[in-house]
Amino acid sequence: MGDRGMVIVGAGEAGVRAAFALRERGYQGTVTLIGDEPHLPYERPPLSKAGEEAETVRAIVANERFAEAGITFLRGQRAISLDPARHALLLEAGETLSYERLLLATGAAPRQFPGIATSDRIHVLRTVEDASAIRRQMREDGRLAILGGGFIGLELAAMGRKLGTAITLFEAQPRVLMRGVPEKLALALQARHVAEGVELLCGVGIETIADGESGVAIGFADGRQIKADALVVGIGAEPNTRLAAEAGLAIDNGIAVDRHLATSDPHIFAAGDCCSFPVAAYGGRRVRLESWRNAQEQGSVAAANMLGEAAPFDAVPWFWSDQYDLTLQVAGLSDGATSTVGRTLSPEAEILFHLDADGRLLAASGLGRGGAVARDIRLAEMLIARGTCPDRAALADPSVKLKSLL
Amino acid sequence: MSIWIDVCDKDEIDEEDVIRFDHDGKSYAVYRSPEDSFHATDGHCTHENVHLADGLVMDDIIECPKHNGRFNYKTGQAKGAPVCVNLKTYAVKVDGGRVFIQVG
Ligand SMILES: Cc1cc2nc3c(=O)[nH]c(=O)nc-3n(C[C@H](O)[C@H](O)[C@H](O)COP(=O)(O)OP(=O)(O)OC[C@H]3O[C@@H](n4cnc5c(N)ncnc54)[C@H](O)[C@@H]3O)c2cc1C
Ligand code: FES
Repeated sequence: MGDRGMVIVGAGEAGVRAAFALRERGYQGTVTLIGDEPHLPYERPPLSKAGEEAETVRAIVANERFAEAGITFLRGQRAISLDPARHALLLEAGETLSYERLLLATGAAPRQFPGIATSDRIHVLRTVEDASAIRRQMREDGRLAILGGGFIGLELAAMGRKLGTAITLFEAQPRVLMRGVPEKLALALQARHVAEGVELLCGVGIETIADGESGVAIGFADGRQIKADALVVGIGAEPNTRLAAEAGLAIDNGIAVDRHLATSDPHIFAAGDCCSFPVAAYGGRRVRLESWRNAQEQGSVAAANMLGEAAPFDAVPWFWSDQYDLTLQVAGLSDGATSTVGRTLSPEAEILFHLDADGRLLAASGLGRGGAVARDIRLAEMLIARGTCPDRAALADPSVKLKSLL
Repeated sequence: MSIWIDVCDKDEIDEEDVIRFDHDGKSYAVYRSPEDSFHATDGHCTHENVHLADGLVMDDIIECPKHNGRFNYKTGQAKGAPVCVNLKTYAVKVDGGRVFIQVG
């Protein structure tokens, strides 16, 4: 193999990891990484977290590493069409690349509120440009409205409060983080936001959004109206599937891949936020994740399989979120859980274990300051991966080391 | 000039575990391996400024609590993404049941 080389579309976490993993595995042919953003690949998580301004652009790898590893990084170039029969990829600039194996790591794009366009005052958050535009709206005398009590909305609320901006956050559901976070921890986070001065409105339906020179006016179904200098819409993201769909690849809530991350064309793989995959630990249920570690791990497994291995992707889903000095970490998928066991590590740090009817550990969620819950969540992840049915009393007792249950 | 600093009693660190140790404005992570040897590194991860003492020790590896970056705590070597900068390590000795690290 190696005549036509390896091509990767999308220079985010998944694409970059895959490019380097190909080299780490000794691949000698050409590796071309195509990214449509004008920057060096950067980490997205800091974009919504309250760090120093300078910290908000953190490169995934130093620029010289591409040359050292012999990776051709086509910065600011967009792939516009794909011809699987000819193994050809067309770039916007007119160039056609051929490939031996192709990886689609195109990520996801933020969902927009129907009928509303982004403007100087209405933002979504995915890129470093989005992040700086939102930062400019976080003034001490300003008011920022946030639509959506998901991770991005809540992290931005925390960032805004740190910078002294008044924050109003609305969520259509009865509480924040309805998806993927147990009620108890979500309510603890909610309480913290309220204590920090966030005006939090749950279970409210938005009727109108009016964007004008003097700010944004949001009208609710019950007739109330709220004015803010700017609005951030944080209502989730859609996978970037256009390239794949137009090339006739199977799509199912993302580019559909098998357990080896191969698409419906065996020469084309997909990884990261853009793909949906069967999760081995949950009976092959198909999911799409938007998680930083998932993107990296899939990038690495895809690289192995592009080189002809048959490595199954079987990592347990894992993600974290930082709000104020609190960190939430979740390992596994709790759907299908029939009972929950709590473990209180300290008055401020708690873990919830989710078990199915047979007592098998499906997921663990933890909330605490700094790294307080990290070790137990990591060990829970290993217990989940092994399909363990841990003793409930042991899970509940913080003096029992989870390591001893492995 | 390097000096040996008294950290703790040997039994204050469990086998295959890590503790935090602060001295003279600096923070360290001090490990006890499954083979009962003692080791020390800088306290904070080289990815973000997060303390490793909340992390998980498995064999020769310390895993950062924040994003699971991995280091070999015996050599300080970063074991791959997201961490690419090695950890500084410090000499450790056990004397009379006490653990000492060499700083400076
Ligand atoms: C603000 C923010 C905060 C986050 N915080 C966390 C967190 O705390 N914890 C966590 O676990 N996860 C977090 N995430 C999620 C995590 O960042 C993503 O899961 C991860 O970035 C996905 O990596 P990816 O490579 O799949 O996609 P991306 O990082 O989106 O990279 C895809 C790249 O491909 C480019 N591209 C797309 N189409 C083309 C094309 N046709 N040609 C060329 N280039 C193309 C895109 O422009 C993009 O640069 C956060 C995400 C955001 C946006
Ligand atoms: S802070 Fe240690 S891996 Fe990110």
